[in-house]
Amino acid sequence: MSSFKRRGFTAMLGASALAAPGIMRAARADAPLKVGFVYVGPVGDFGWTYQHDIARKQAQAALGTAIETSYVENVPESPECQSVFESLASSGHKLIFGTSFGYMNYMVKVAAKNPHVMFEHCTGYKRAKNLATYDIRYYEGRYVQGVIAGHMSKTGKIGYVASVPIPEVVRGMNAVTLGMQSVNPKARLKFIMIDSWYDPGKEGDAAKALIDQGCDVITQHTDSPAPLQVAASRHIPAFGEATDMIKFAPHDQLTADVNEWGGYYIKRIKEALAGTWTSTNTWGGFADGMLAMAPYRNMPDAVAVTAKQTVADIASGKNKIFTGPLTDQSGKIFVPAGQTMSDDSLTSMQTLVAGVDGKLS
Amino acid sequence: MNLAYVSNLAISVVAASTPLLIAASGELVAEKSGVLNLGVEGMMLVGAIAGFATAHQTGSALLGVGAAALAGMLIAMIFALLTLSFLANQVATGLALTIFGKGFAALLGAGYVGISAPVLHAIPVPLLSQIPFIGHVLFDQNILIYFSFVMLALIAWFLNKTHAGLILRAVGDSHDAAHAMGYPVLRIRYAAVAFGGAMAGIGGAYLSLFYSPLWSQDLTAGRGWIALALVVFSAWRPLWLLVGAYLFGGITFLSLYIQGLGIAVPSPLVSLLPYVGTVVVLVLISRDARRIRLNQPACLGKYFHAVS
Amino acid sequence: MLYRLEPRGERSLFWSYGSPVLAVILTIITMMAIFSLLGKPPVQGIETFLITPISTASGLSSLLVRAAPLIMIGAGLALCYRANVWNIGGDGQFTLGALAGAGLALALPNGAFWWEYPLVLCLGVLGGMFWAGIVAFLKLRFNANEILTSLMLVYIAQLILVWLVTGPWRDPQGFGFPQSAMFGAGATTPDFGTTSIHLGCLLAPLLALVLWQILARSVLGFQLRVVGQAPRAARFAGFSNARLTWIALLVSGGLSGLAGIIEVTGPIGQLTTTITPGYGFSAVIVAFLGRLHPVGVIFAGLLLALSYLGGDAAQINLNMPNAITGIFQGVLLFYLLGADVLILHRFRRIRPSAPEAA
Repeated sequence: MSSFKRRGFTAMLGASALAAPGIMRAARADAPLKVGFVYVGPVGDFGWTYQHDIARKQAQAALGTAIETSYVENVPESPECQSVFESLASSGHKLIFGTSFGYMNYMVKVAAKNPHVMFEHCTGYKRAKNLATYDIRYYEGRYVQGVIAGHMSKTGKIGYVASVPIPEVVRGMNAVTLGMQSVNPKARLKFIMIDSWYDPGKEGDAAKALIDQGCDVITQHTDSPAPLQVAASRHIPAFGEATDMIKFAPHDQLTADVNEWGGYYIKRIKEALAGTWTSTNTWGGFADGMLAMAPYRNMPDAVAVTAKQTVADIASGKNKIFTGPLTDQSGKIFVPAGQTMSDDSLTSMQTLVAGVDGKLS
Repeated sequence: MNLAYVSNLAISVVAASTPLLIAASGELVAEKSGVLNLGVEGMMLVGAIAGFATAHQTGSALLGVGAAALAGMLIAMIFALLTLSFLANQVATGLALTIFGKGFAALLGAGYVGISAPVLHAIPVPLLSQIPFIGHVLFDQNILIYFSFVMLALIAWFLNKTHAGLILRAVGDSHDAAHAMGYPVLRIRYAAVAFGGAMAGIGGAYLSLFYSPLWSQDLTAGRGWIALALVVFSAWRPLWLLVGAYLFGGITFLSLYIQGLGIAVPSPLVSLLPYVGTVVVLVLISRDARRIRLNQPACLGKYFHAVS
Repeated sequence: MLYRLEPRGERSLFWSYGSPVLAVILTIITMMAIFSLLGKPPVQGIETFLITPISTASGLSSLLVRAAPLIMIGAGLALCYRANVWNIGGDGQFTLGALAGAGLALALPNGAFWWEYPLVLCLGVLGGMFWAGIVAFLKLRFNANEILTSLMLVYIAQLILVWLVTGPWRDPQGFGFPQSAMFGAGATTPDFGTTSIHLGCLLAPLLALVLWQILARSVLGFQLRVVGQAPRAARFAGFSNARLTWIALLVSGGLSGLAGIIEVTGPIGQLTTTITPGYGFSAVIVAFLGRLHPVGVIFAGLLLALSYLGGDAAQINLNMPNAITGIFQGVLLFYLLGADVLILHRFRRIRPSAPEAA
C-alpha cells in the first residue's frame, strides 16, 4: 500500500525548467506521434476550449502525417479525469495536453505512473520530469482593455463579471483597473463573482446587475458570451473573452483578448518529435505570440491607435504593468515606486489595487 | 436611486423569474392530474435546443418557440407512455427523462454551440407600456413574458372555474372514483403530461432564445428542479406559484446584485439563500397537513390501473 | 388498443430477472441505431463503448474506482426506495460526509494518532447521516416532501463546500486556488500498489453484501420485503411509519457520506469545488437497475461506471460526443422501467367482439 505525500510537490515550484535529457525518446519516424488533448468544456464553447481546439487543428495541419491528434471534451475536474488521462496514455498517446487547472493533481499522479509519456498542464503550478506547465499572461490583454475602457467610459466605472477569486482573476481585475487609471486616475472597477466559469444565465445576470449599478463598460472573466450579449442588448460597450466574439455583439464589442495556443503546441510537438522535449514552465504573452487582441471596433480611431501602442509597449517590455507605486484598497503602498512585481509574486497575487470596489470573500 | 434604476432592477428580476414560472405552471397542471414528472430539467433542455435550432434554421424565433413546445411535448410522451400505460415508477422515470433529455439535447446541440439565432424581441403593448414604471417593467417585454402571465391566469381559471378543470382535479384526487364515474383517467393524464412538457419546452426556449440567447450544454443550470420545488412551494395554487417564482428569481438576482454594491458577504452563502428559503417555506406549508391535503392531489405519483 | 395489461396476481420470477436482461439487449440495439445515425459503425461503436474500456488493467481499475461511490450510494438509495422514501439527494449527503470528515483531517496535525483515518471515516458517515437526518426530520415532523428537501439540500451542501474551499478552508499555500490543503498521510485512503484501486473499491461491494444479509435476516428486511412485493398495500398508512423512514434515510445518508469521505481522502486527495460529478443522481439509476437489491446494485454500479468509461473511449477512438453516456443511461432506465411492467402484469390480446363475462 502506498499513499499520497502531504504537499510533496511544492518543492518543485519555482524551477523554470527541469531538464530530463534522454528520458523522452523521439517517436519512430514512420509511426505518427499520437497527441492527446483533454478539454474541460465542449469544443464548441466558443471560448476557452474552442481556442484550444483551433490550436489542435493548427498543429495537425502544420505537422500533417507526422502526428495524429485526438481530444476528449467535457472532462470534469474530478477523479473521472484521471481515467481519461490513463486511457489516453494506454492507447499510445505520447504527448498529452490537459487544459484545465483542476486536472493538476490527477495529471501529477498519471505522469508519475507513465514516465515515458510527456504531459503538459495548462494553468497549473506542479511540475515533474515529464509534466510541463504553460499558460498565457492574460493580464496583458486586460490592461489593454482597461486603457480602452478608460477612454470609452463616461462614468469612469467598469463592470467585471468574475468567476472565482483565484490569483489569475485578481491579476485580471488589477490590470484592468491600472489600465483604466492610466487614462483616468479616478476610474473604478466593480466586480461580481459568480462562483463558476461557465453559467450563461448567471453571467448575464451579473452583467445586468453591474450595468444597473452604473458601469458603462463591461468585461468578463468567465467563458460564455452571455455578458457580452447582455451588454449589447443595452448598447453598452464590452469585451470578448478568450476568442473574438464579435458576432454576438457586432455593434458593441470593442475588442477581445484572444488566446493563441497554436504556436506553442506546434513548438512543443516538434520538440517531442525531435526528442528534445523537456519539462518547462512557459508563461507567454504578446511578445511570444500567445496572446493577441481581436480587431478594434466600435471605438474612435484615436482609441484604437492608443490600444495598439499599448500592446506594442507591453510586448517590447517598456510597459511592465505591475510597476510601483501600487496602492492596495486600504491606501497602503504594496509595491514601492520603481519596483516591478516578479513572476512569482504575480503568480500568487491576492491583493486588490486601489480603485477596485468590493472585497474578496 | 432613481426610478430608472429601480425599473431596470425590476426588469432583471422579471427576466430571471419567467422561465421558472412557465415551466412550473406546466408541471402544476400535470401534478394536479396526479402525475409527478421529475423530468422538467430534461424537457426544458430539449425544448431549449429544439427552439434554438429551429430559430436558427428558419430565422424565426417564434417558430422556435413552437418547435420547443412540440419537442417538450414529444419527450414528455415517453414519460407518459412508461408511467401511465406501463405503470412504471414516476420518480425513477422522471429522473431517467432528465438524464436522457440532458444527453439528447447535448447530442442534438453539438452543431449549434457558438452560433447565434434570432432573438425574441420586446413587443411593447400599446397604451399600457406608456404607464410610468409599471409600463416599462411589465408591458415592454418579449412575448414569452406576457405568455407567462396569460397562461397562469388561464390555468387558474381552468382549474377553478371550468368543468374540465374540475374533472382534471378529480382525476388527481381520486382516480378510482373518477374512473368509476366514467372519466377517461389515462387520456386526461396523457393530456396533462403533454401540456407540462410543452410548457417546460417553452421555458427552455425562453432561455436559449432570450435570456442568454445561445445554446450551451446544461444551460438550464438546475432551473427545472427549481420549477418542481416551486409547485410544492405554491401548494398547487397558481397565484402562489407566481409569488414563488418571483421570490426565487428575485433572490437569485439580488444575491449577485448586492455583491456589486461591495457588501462583503461570501457569495456562496448568499447564493445559498434561495434554496434554504425554499426548504423553509416547504416546511411552513407542509406542517399544516390540512392545507396540504386541501390542495395536494391525493393520487400524486400513484399508479392507476383500471380494473373493469 | 389490441392488447391490454392484466395483473398476474403474483410476481413473475422469470421477468424479475428477465426484464433487466431484456432492457440491456434493447438498449444495445438502440445504441447501435444511434451510432449508425451518427455515421459511425454500429458494431465497432458498441465494442468501443462497452468492451474497449475494460480491455486493459488500468481500464479495469478505473472501472472499480468509478463504481465504488455509485455502489455505496446506490445501495443506500435502494433501501430508501424499498421503504417508499424518495431520497434523491445522494450528492448532498456525499458532500456533507466529505466535509465532516475533511474538517477533522484538516484540523488534526498530520499523523497525530493511528486512529485518525478511522475517525475521519466515522465523521464522514455521521456527516452524511446528519444531512439525510434533516430530510427524515422534516418529513416526519413537518410532513415536508423528501424529494424536494433532499434535492434542495444537494444545492445547499454544494454551496457550503464552495464557501469553505474559497474561504475558511482554502489552502494557505495553494496560490489562492479554491482548494483545501492535501490531506496528510494519516488521513488518506490507502490504495494498492501502482493501481488506482483503493480501499473504497473493496468496501463498497462488501457493505452492499452486508446490507443484503441484514435485509435477508432481520425484521426490518421482512417489512421492506412486504413493501416491495405488495406496492399496493404500501399505499395504506401502515408503511409510511417513522421508524422505517428514519432507518432508511440514516443508512442511506451514512453510506453516501462514507462514499464522499473516501472519495476526497482517496482519489481526490483534497477538497475542491467539484467533488461529485453527479454520483448521487446516477446512483438512482443504479438502485433501480439493481432491482433495489444490494447485490443487484453491485452489478448495476459496474455497468453505469462502464458507461462513463465507454463515453470517454467513444470520444477518444470514434470522435463521438460524450453525451452518448447520458443517452445510454436514460435509454437503459426507460427500457428497464418499461419492461418491469411484465413482472406484475401480462399483456393479453383483446379479442374483438368477444365479450367475456365479468
